[in-house]
Amino acid sequence: MSYAVKNLMQGSRELIAFRIGDQEFCVNIMSVREIRGWTPATPLPHSPHYVMGVINLRGAVLPIMDLSLRLGMKPVEPTARHVIIVAQVKSRVVGLLVDAVSDILTVDDDNIQPTPEVSSDLERQYARGILAIDKRMICLVELAALFNEAAESEAA
Amino acid sequence: MDMNEIKEIFFQECEEQLAELESGLLKMNDGDRDPETVNAVFRAVHSIKGGAGAFGLDDLVAFAHVFETTLDCVRSNKLEPGPEVMKVMLKSADVLADLVTASRDGGSVDESRSSGLVKELEALANGDMPASSAAPVAAAKPAAPAPVAAAPSDDSGFQAIPFTFDDFGGEEQEESVPTFDVTFKPRRELYSKGNEAALLLRDLSRLGEMSINCNMEELPSLDDLDPEGAYFDWTIQITAEKGEEGIRQVFEFAEWDCDLDIKLREPEAAAVTEELPMVPVPFDLSALDDGSDGPGQTVAAAVEAADTASGVLKAAASAAKPEKKESPAAAAAAAAAAQANNAAGQTIRVDLDRVDRLINLVGELVINQAMLSQSVIENDATGTSAVNMGLEELQQLTREIQDSVMAIRAQPVKPVFQRMSRIVREVADMVGKSIRLVTEGENTEVDKTVIDKLAEPLTHMIRNAVDHGIESPEKRAAAGKEPEGTIKLTAKHRSGRIVIELVDDGAGINRERVRQKAIDNELIAADANLTDEEIDNLIFAPGFSTADKISDISGRGVGMDVVKRSIQALGGRISITSRPGQGSTFTMSLPLTLAVLDGMVVTVAGQTLVVPLTAIVETLQPEAQHIHSFGANQRLISIRNSFCPLVDVGRILNFRGTQANPMDGVALLVESEGGGQRALMVDAIQGQRQVVIKSLEANYTHVPGIAAATILGDGRVALILDVDAVVAASRGQSLKQEMSLAVAG
Repeated sequence: MSYAVKNLMQGSRELIAFRIGDQEFCVNIMSVREIRGWTPATPLPHSPHYVMGVINLRGAVLPIMDLSLRLGMKPVEPTARHVIIVAQVKSRVVGLLVDAVSDILTVDDDNIQPTPEVSSDLERQYARGILAIDKRMICLVELAALFNEAAESEAA
Repeated sequence: MDMNEIKEIFFQECEEQLAELESGLLKMNDGDRDPETVNAVFRAVHSIKGGAGAFGLDDLVAFAHVFETTLDCVRSNKLEPGPEVMKVMLKSADVLADLVTASRDGGSVDESRSSGLVKELEALANGDMPASSAAPVAAAKPAAPAPVAAAPSDDSGFQAIPFTFDDFGGEEQEESVPTFDVTFKPRRELYSKGNEAALLLRDLSRLGEMSINCNMEELPSLDDLDPEGAYFDWTIQITAEKGEEGIRQVFEFAEWDCDLDIKLREPEAAAVTEELPMVPVPFDLSALDDGSDGPGQTVAAAVEAADTASGVLKAAASAAKPEKKESPAAAAAAAAAAQANNAAGQTIRVDLDRVDRLINLVGELVINQAMLSQSVIENDATGTSAVNMGLEELQQLTREIQDSVMAIRAQPVKPVFQRMSRIVREVADMVGKSIRLVTEGENTEVDKTVIDKLAEPLTHMIRNAVDHGIESPEKRAAAGKEPEGTIKLTAKHRSGRIVIELVDDGAGINRERVRQKAIDNELIAADANLTDEEIDNLIFAPGFSTADKISDISGRGVGMDVVKRSIQALGGRISITSRPGQGSTFTMSLPLTLAVLDGMVVTVAGQTLVVPLTAIVETLQPEAQHIHSFGANQRLISIRNSFCPLVDVGRILNFRGTQANPMDGVALLVESEGGGQRALMVDAIQGQRQVVIKSLEANYTHVPGIAAATILGDGRVALILDVDAVVAASRGQSLKQEMSLAVAG
């Protein structure tokens, strides 16, 4: 049993599920501040490829990440139908560009299966388990692992 | 309100008192002999002591007490505040500040330093104590006032003798215990401040045998009685071992609110004159300043008589009588004047967070208003509708609100400058130099954040100036300069920025050595052709330190590059000019506020950028004949016969892969720190406007070449260009470390 699953052993939790391409992911609802539509971002120079730029969120400057690129998949061409999940990662607030939000899930920890052993480092880095709901497979993503210090220094 | 809150207020007040103390002492140091100044200094120490006593901060009380005693000697003209005395006083103020900090934050103060100063202070006070009534035997000698003149010469060579007045009094006891006549007449303020005459008298009774007479003559009939008035006075005969000092201690916190007269019972006239300088002087002199007429002049005569008392005992003694009569009136005038002063500078304490929240909100308001205007204008081309008119008014109002809110944060730079004088003193002592700090324009106002962040780089520069800038007294003498070095710190407003100059009259920059050092550290090529100015500015390069020996004062591996970077982080610039043998001048120019910025909105590769207006010298439209290729990638533009490198902003920021054609764009001629001029190429200029600065670091990270972000009228984020970083990145070879730093962010 992986470290993360052990950590999730206490009781049930709520998760927000979203779609990127043909895959589904979910994050802890507690880290999500709001969900809003796509607005064009101002690109930042010398930024990592997955940082799309910054937008104005009621007076605050909010960096937008292309989550698809960050997870090693192909870049998203944002349209008005795309969605930004505004999430709190540690002390910072970031916007995550995804295709659509699909569900709010209440799951028991028993429903979360450990991440299978795969060769890719990237998946091992962010995946904290897999949920099987209605024959769908939803991957539980740990946001803090995606935007940790290493990612910051890569950004700089 | 719990005890901690009250304590917090006490410490806040301490800060103010300490500032008052320091500025008063500095005035005295410059030769100000105004009794009001001395009084202000005395009051500051006294208030700190009083508050500290209430909170049981014994160390603080003990030190403040000794300090106060010595100050009292100055106040009563028993001690001449010469340079030696003032040196001790200023050091004592530093220790007092340390003690306050230690009491607030925990931690400890250098024991040896404070106890050493206590001895010095006591020595100063005692040097003249025989003249005061604390030692009755000595006081009885008619020649008593003479030490006033003798005092300064005594001080310099005086050995510190640790003994207290209590001991002294004790010794005398065996010969004769002095008896005093005390008259105590409370004023109504005494009661309104929560003091109680009966308790004071009870405390007094503990000093020794005493008899009290209450004078009830002034008690009016019941109809006229003011329930909060003060009508009684008391005459007390007391045999006190602790002498006058002990009696005064009882009335310590009530002294300002009553008429207190303590006389040693002794038939000789000398005893009366002894009291003269002691009791009524502080009140009377302040009344004089108010230009009070008849009675005041009598007092003036008396005071003058006291001052020149050396021989004229009788004149003083006769003058003492009229003076006593006038003293309540004079005191009332003084109190009224004090009240008027209070009314003039009414302030409230506000939590800084609240002000910041307000400023943020106003920032939002300004952006919102701009967005609203823009969308209205888009839908109403004529610009005459009522909505449009209303919007214009709204715009003016928001602008006004913004200015007023910014003004709340504006503070004079005085506190920072005052801190510097202490640093000069301490460092100069450490390195055995004699240095005078002259400050100018302390009342120049600037945003509080700027002030807070200014202290550190300024401290560093002052330390540098004292340690490396000013030569040792011997060297100065050899160079034909005054042995005492001067550092001048000035602040002034200049075109919407604050300019702070630090001028020393030291040796100036040793260019040969700076150059050699830069070559050794591979900052420049050995055969680099640099102007004097460029060499001077090399001291700001990272990892540069010219001191031959590493001292613990300024050579700790962090150098002027840190200073430069903290100034730049504030949106400021720093430069140095130096003349060998005559000293160096550091000039810092800082924005008045960190919240808004005047910028030029430009387009680069389809992106909107804001260039700080302060960096731009001029804008120009390049013409083909002025563009010259230089090597493989460089291009220069000739402006009035001088050549200036062209920097494509879009290329530096990676917005486009190849350099744009300069003829299609606009060149912004910018001046950067020590880097001379550069022409920044942008595609077009949109306009000029004030923008609210938004941090990129809060949710993201530092972006090289970008200072911050802002939100434009259309609600989109625009980036604010960091001109110095862009110029540094374009310079490349000459200062390669700076370049890699800029790129690494």
